[in-house]
Amino acid sequence: MAETSFGSVRGRLVQLGRAATAVIEEYGYWVTLLGESLYWIVVGPFKRRPVRLSATVAQMVSIGIAAVPIVFMLSFAIGVMLAIQGIYTLRQFGAETQVVLGIALSVVREFGPLITGILVAGRTGSALAARIGTMQANQEIDALRVMGIDPVRFLAAPVFIATLVMVPALTLFSDLAAMFGGAVYCQLELGLNHVAYWDQATSFIVINDVTQGLIKSLVFAVIVALVGISNGFAVTGGAEGVGRATTRAVVASISYIVLADMLFTYFLNR
Amino acid sequence: MSANHYAIEVEDLVAYYGSRRILDGVSLQVGYGEIMVIMGGSGSGKSTLLRHLLALQTPRSGSIRILGRDITTASADMLHELRQSIGVSFQGGALLSSLTIGENVALPLREHTRLDDSIIEITARLKLEIVSLGGFEHLYPAQLSGGMIKRAALARAMAMDPKMLFFDEPSAGLDPVVSSELDDLIIKLRDTLGVTIVVVTHELESAFKIADHITVLDHGRILISGTADIVRNSSIERVQDLLHRRSRPIEISADDYLHRLTGG
Ligand SMILES: Nc1ncnc2c1ncn2[C@@H]1O[C@H](COP(=O)(O)OP(=O)(O)OP(=O)(O)O)[C@@H](O)[C@H]1O
Ligand SMILES: [Mg+2]
Repeated sequence: MAETSFGSVRGRLVQLGRAATAVIEEYGYWVTLLGESLYWIVVGPFKRRPVRLSATVAQMVSIGIAAVPIVFMLSFAIGVMLAIQGIYTLRQFGAETQVVLGIALSVVREFGPLITGILVAGRTGSALAARIGTMQANQEIDALRVMGIDPVRFLAAPVFIATLVMVPALTLFSDLAAMFGGAVYCQLELGLNHVAYWDQATSFIVINDVTQGLIKSLVFAVIVALVGISNGFAVTGGAEGVGRATTRAVVASISYIVLADMLFTYFLNR
Repeated sequence: MSANHYAIEVEDLVAYYGSRRILDGVSLQVGYGEIMVIMGGSGSGKSTLLRHLLALQTPRSGSIRILGRDITTASADMLHELRQSIGVSFQGGALLSSLTIGENVALPLREHTRLDDSIIEITARLKLEIVSLGGFEHLYPAQLSGGMIKRAALARAMAMDPKMLFFDEPSAGLDPVVSSELDDLIIKLRDTLGVTIVVVTHELESAFKIADHITVLDHGRILISGTADIVRNSSIERVQDLLHRRSRPIEISADDYLHRLTGG
């Protein structure tokens, strides 16, 4: 009896230990992946093994350009919602006209980067995990390796370049779209004309607000790329494994983005 | 120095998956311009041995010398260079599904040479021609039959005119005519270009047709290694079982069997 309960405690400890090791291993792998990708981006051209331009452009198109319509739609909707809530709240103090300040700051500092990050995680994180995971399951990654083509240079590095460029760009676009959504609603509800709206908005926003959003978006870019790619490379066990990796990549990258957002907001505003 | 005599030299290779020992003290040599066939029952460790020869996995212990260089201790740059003189055709083909087969064959040339695009394309078409896939270069792997994928993979393996070729199950799933053509091609590659070739196969007929040397693996150990004749005439019972497709006798004690069934 005593032995059994000791045994089960020990069993749990072993399980806990294994889980902890797996998590540490994953973070260790992220560091390696990021390091190797940077290495190829910087050193590759000198070794005559550059990161492929065509792959980078293709990634930029699929991560950035193809996401423009959905980013616009959701950001616009968020802008409208912020305007509705802001006007409702401020009306209680008779200060509706101050709503522009609220919209501008919360969009640029928070909602633009966050909504873009989450969208890119959903679109790109899953696509990366599925694409690289399928390649892993089909031994395509092994084939690249034995051909002397480093999979990190060939597959991962273009993605890092593309996300680091396109996520901030999309974030700026999302900022504009959300502000536009706010403008449209303010005109309908308060009769505030567009020129006055944008005038007010730009006078409130200081450069620091925009940089803060962009710094966050760079962090989100790295998170999406790391989580998507590492889950893809980690696939074992065929099509089912690819499915698991895809789901995991989306859930994990969104979770890390929200957590990172909280931490950054805290530290950047102290 | 022995490095001059053998294209591949494996010494006392031990490999594990987790805590399971898969290869147990495997030693073998393959001479330059020789065809070595690796045979053995399912799960005997053939693919695992191949993965080690290709430096896709690092052994627990032992050494592997390919073209005179120890790949278990080689630097990344050295491996990179070595891999340009090696071609591999994987069991499932492993063609990049996002590229056409023409682009697949051209890929190693694009990555490793500074040749003109038009020359690369011609070379790729030429290689596809050799495996009777001329005119198919615009198709994607998903649009090919299993046998065509195998042949396209072979064309890609030959793209860089390698000194050494590795095949995992080249003729499994091919019709007898194509499979026999493939055997002829393998022999021709050795005879005309002096390519060193390692083939993993289950097909007995094909094995004896092409092999200079045969190595038979069983449960991660080498059962026998020698010329085709030595293997054919071996008196080892397990070898004869394999050669004559006899089912294997149960080789486990009653106690162990019970233990295994009850999962204890
Ligand atoms: N990724 C892996 N993880 C754990 N064990 C593995 C893995 N791959 C292979 N094994 C185990 O290693 C042993 C040898 O496998 P291997 O693929 O080398 O066999 P094989 O001789 O190629 O068989 P087959 O003729 O069926 O292809 C098997 O028992 C298998 O279960
Ligand atoms: Mg195998």
